[in-house]
Amino acid sequence: MRRWKDRFAGRLFFIATLLPIGLLVAMIVGLAIRAQPLAASQPIGDLLFGQIWLPSEGRFGFWPFIMSTLWVTVVAMVIAVPACLLSALYLSEYAGPRLRALMKPLLDILAAIPSVVYGVWGLLVIVPFTANVAAPFAQRFLGFIPLFRSNNTTGYSVFSAGLVLAVMVTPVIVAVTYEVLQTVPQGLREASLAMGATMWQTIKFTLWPKALPGIIAAIVLGFSRAFGETIAVMMVVGNVTQTPTSIFDPAYPLPALIANNYGEMMSIPMYDSALLGAALILLLVVLGFNLIAMLALRQAVRRAA
Amino acid sequence: MKKKLARRHIEESIVKVLMIGSFAFVVGSLGLILVTVIVKGLPALTLAMLTQTPQGGYYLGKEGGILNAIVGSLYLATGATILALLVSVPIVSYLTTYAHRSRWAGTMRLSLDVLWGVPSIVYGAFAFIIMVAVGMRASLLAGIVVLGLIEIPVMVRAMDEVIRSIPSELREASYALGSTRFETALKVVLRQALPGIVTAILLAFGRGIGDAAAVLFTAGYTDRMPEGLLRPVASLPLAVFLQLGTPYPEVQQRAYASALVLTIMVLIISLGSRLLARRLSRNVVK
Repeated sequence: MRRWKDRFAGRLFFIATLLPIGLLVAMIVGLAIRAQPLAASQPIGDLLFGQIWLPSEGRFGFWPFIMSTLWVTVVAMVIAVPACLLSALYLSEYAGPRLRALMKPLLDILAAIPSVVYGVWGLLVIVPFTANVAAPFAQRFLGFIPLFRSNNTTGYSVFSAGLVLAVMVTPVIVAVTYEVLQTVPQGLREASLAMGATMWQTIKFTLWPKALPGIIAAIVLGFSRAFGETIAVMMVVGNVTQTPTSIFDPAYPLPALIANNYGEMMSIPMYDSALLGAALILLLVVLGFNLIAMLALRQAVRRAA
Repeated sequence: MKKKLARRHIEESIVKVLMIGSFAFVVGSLGLILVTVIVKGLPALTLAMLTQTPQGGYYLGKEGGILNAIVGSLYLATGATILALLVSVPIVSYLTTYAHRSRWAGTMRLSLDVLWGVPSIVYGAFAFIIMVAVGMRASLLAGIVVLGLIEIPVMVRAMDEVIRSIPSELREASYALGSTRFETALKVVLRQALPGIVTAILLAFGRGIGDAAAVLFTAGYTDRMPEGLLRPVASLPLAVFLQLGTPYPEVQQRAYASALVLTIMVLIISLGSRLLARRLSRNVVK
């Protein structure tokens, strides 16, 4: 009887484990089926690289939205990555136990704050900051570089969204980088320090090469988090359909497109197909990045151990 | 020689300053977020906001509160967490006891990690397809199911980490006494891991209560209190979002207050899980 119970539970548990993989497959297939009518009506190249988005005339060019998503995400990463890596290094290599004990709850809280609250913060602090400080400053001193040119006085911009996202992805990047650094054997550090190297030299020549795959994984994880973030970005990015050319331009990333328009997607032909196609693009990109990151992370842990 | 020595020490101090600077940046932004939400939200937070539902003309700045959203969010997150728990416990048991280090377990963990990273708006869009296919309207039930799915990877991976840190001797001792794997999973491993499991559950709860993008598609929004599993339900993140969208400053003030309520709820969950875990860990065999 006990043996039978054991085996029965094993079967049942096994079936439960099929759920996550099943869900992943179902998502891809389901979205692909619903996006298929649009893909069949126009060449995929036209859809992905088309500049014009006029659903009522049946023109669906995803290019501005794809580029907006990339711009916002890249700006976020440029701000977040150096700050996060340095913070993680500081916590792992320099900080005392008390500071380290403080860090975990801090990152947990940062990770637990709902994205809509980040959005409110962005709206109240970051958008005015961009409009009144960052954009005029950049315009005056760096205006000759197209990347920093600014004729948008509202503050709703790629830069604002990137700054909000940078704070949002911090917990992920710091936590993963910290974990990776901790897997590097203590003996290596001691050997390097015993040879008379400074702490930074130890980091640069000993830790860095060992931890690099894991650090890349941390960055990629942060990237994919930022890529799919919806509400917070939507609140500060301006939602103007255009391909940004400066970080102070407004933009319209894919998640915001889906969230803003799902209400009317049944009323215009092909619109639902286009929006679900946008969701499919998001899913595939995030999936690809996550897989790379996870495999790199595993490699890193194996190599360090 | 002397010069080179000096240079590397200068480098060391520069980097150290940079590191402390970035750490301060991270801590500072957390502080700034909390301060902003409190300063902006507190003045607009009244008792009426917490105890009333929106009355006629609420979105023009008239009487009312966000009780519907508070209760709705609690229903959604509680339902989703229970659902996720029902699915997660078998998965975790299988991963840790039955297929401890097999290849299949590795694939499972990978797919869960990938699912963790899928944006919630994609979950929402997917749920929307299913709802259209079966002819279901935006409802509490749909919201619970989609949030439950979002919570599963969070819960499973957090529990998995905790359980894997349990020394295998304990498990072996249980086997040596003649228990089956099922009994070991239930009576030894689960009990040992209880503090971590509580943390995992509350972590998932926090993720569920804060999600807006998936709820937008599935649970809808209503000014009434939740009326049943098949009726639409309000939620706090959407309440913040909708109130901010109105052009009236009074209503926007209330959005800040709603954001404060949401933040306080999340903080209580986060701190509460810490305290609860500490209390429960007294029973753990070290």
